[in-house]
Amino acid sequence: MRRLGLRGVALGYLAVVLLGPLAMIFWKTFEHGFGPFWDSVTTPETLTAFKNTLLITSIAVPLNTVFGIVCALAIVRRRFPGKGLVNAFIDLPLAVSPVVVGVSLFLLYGRGGWFYGPFADNGIEILFALPAMVIATMFVSLPFVAREVVPTLREIGEDQEQAAHTLGASGWQTFWRITLPSIRWAVIYGVVLTTARCLGEYGAVAVVHGYKMTATLQVQDYYENFNQSGAYGVSLMLAVMAVIVLVTMILIKPREVQG
Amino acid sequence: MLPLAAVVAASGEDGWSGFWSAVSNPEAVAALKLSVVVAILAALVNAVFGTITAWVLVRDRFPGRSVVNSVIDLPFALPTIVAGLVLLALYSPSSPIGVHLAFTRWAIFMALLFVTLPFVVRTVQPVLLELETEMEEAARSLGASELTVFRRIVLPNIMPGILSGIALAFARAVGEIGSVVLISGNNPFHTEVASVYVLNQVHSGQRAAAAAVAVVLLAISFGILLIVGGVRRLATRHEYA
Repeated sequence: MRRLGLRGVALGYLAVVLLGPLAMIFWKTFEHGFGPFWDSVTTPETLTAFKNTLLITSIAVPLNTVFGIVCALAIVRRRFPGKGLVNAFIDLPLAVSPVVVGVSLFLLYGRGGWFYGPFADNGIEILFALPAMVIATMFVSLPFVAREVVPTLREIGEDQEQAAHTLGASGWQTFWRITLPSIRWAVIYGVVLTTARCLGEYGAVAVVHGYKMTATLQVQDYYENFNQSGAYGVSLMLAVMAVIVLVTMILIKPREVQG
Repeated sequence: MLPLAAVVAASGEDGWSGFWSAVSNPEAVAALKLSVVVAILAALVNAVFGTITAWVLVRDRFPGRSVVNSVIDLPFALPTIVAGLVLLALYSPSSPIGVHLAFTRWAIFMALLFVTLPFVVRTVQPVLLELETEMEEAARSLGASELTVFRRIVLPNIMPGILSGIALAFARAVGEIGSVVLISGNNPFHTEVASVYVLNQVHSGQRAAAAAVAVVLLAISFGILLIVGGVRRLATRHEYA
C-alpha cells in the first residue's frame, strides 16, 4: 500500500512537471491544424535559423569530441602538474550560468576587450557574428564527452594498452586499435549529449548573437513579435530533436554498460 | 578559462568601489536575491520528489518503468527556451488548465522545478542501486518501523547523493535563463532574475554592471563546485572506512 502511494506520488509529480509541458507543445502547435505549422517552419527566417544552428553544431561537436577524448586520456592516463585543477574545472561549464559565459565572451572580444584589437585590426568579426556563437556553444557543451569517457577509461584499465605496447605498437596504433574501440560507446553517448546541448543552447548565444539567429533565438523572436504559430512550430521541431536524442540515449545506454 | 578571467578583470576595471556600486545597485540586489531564493526552493522541492522518484525507480517494479526512467532526462534534452515557451502556454491567461501563474514569481519557480528535476534523481539513483537491502531487512527483522529504516539506514547512505544533487540543481537554477526569460515577464524588482538582469545590462551597454553581477554568479558556481567536490570526497572516505 505504501509502495503504491510512493509510486503514485513519484509518477504524479513527473506527469505534472514533465509530461504536461510536452503534451502542451503538440497541442499548441497543431491547434489550428497542420497547415499553419508547415507554413511557419518553412519561412526563410526559420530555415536560416535552423541552418545556423546546424552549422554551429556541426563545428562545435567534432571539436569538443576530440578535445573531450584528449582531456579524458590526460586525466586518467597521465600525470602532470595542475591535473587536479583540470579535473575540477572540466565541470565548470555545467555549473556556470550560460549568460555568464556569453558576457565573458562579450567582454573578451568586445570593444576594449583583450582580444578586440588583433581581430578588429584584420577586419575579422568575432562578436555578434558566427565565430562568437560557435565559441559560446563550444564552451557550454565542453564537458560532456570527457565526463562520459573518464569513468569508462578508468574501468577498462591499462592492461590491454600495455600489452599492445610490449608487442611493439606505437602510441597511435594503441589508441586506434585498443583504446578507441573500448571507449566507443562512451564517446558516442557523450557526442549525443553534446549535440543536444548545442542544438538547444540559448543563454550564452543570446548575449553574443547580434542579428544572427539560431533556432532557439528564433523562438523568442517569434514570440516577442506575436508570431505564436512560428514560435510553436520551431519549438516543436526542437522538441522532436530532443525526443530523438532521448531515444538515442536509451538505445545506447545498455551497450555502454556492457562495455 | 580565459573568457572567465576576462569577466573578473572587467568587473575590476573601475576598482573595488566601482564593482561594489554595480553589485549593490538595488535592481541588481533584488535580481540576485530572487535568483538565489527561488533556486534554493526549487532545489529543495526537487530534493524531496527526486529522492522519492529515485526510490520508486530502483525499488519498485511496474510496467513502463524504463520509459519513466528515460523521461527523467527530458529537461536535459529539451532546449530551455522551448521549455519556457511551453510553460508560458501552460500557465498563461489562455491556459487550458486554468492556472494563471505567468509573469509571477511562481512561474519562475515552476520553470526552475522543470529544468532541475533530473539532478537529484540522477545522483541518488546509482547510490540506491548499489545499496544492499540486507541492512534494511536486518533492521526490519529487529522490529524497526519503515520510517526508522528509512531515517536510520537508507537516508544516511544516500545523503551525499542528495546533497550533491541539490548543489548541482541549485547551480543550474541560479543561473538559468532560457526557461525563465519568457515566462517571468522580467519585471525589475519583482520577477527579474539575475541572469536576465545581466543580459539586459549587456544589451543596454552597461558593461560594468553586467560584469559585476556575472562575477557574483561565477563566484556562486565556483562555490558549488567546491561543495560538490567536498561532498564527493566525504562520500568516498566513508566507503573506504
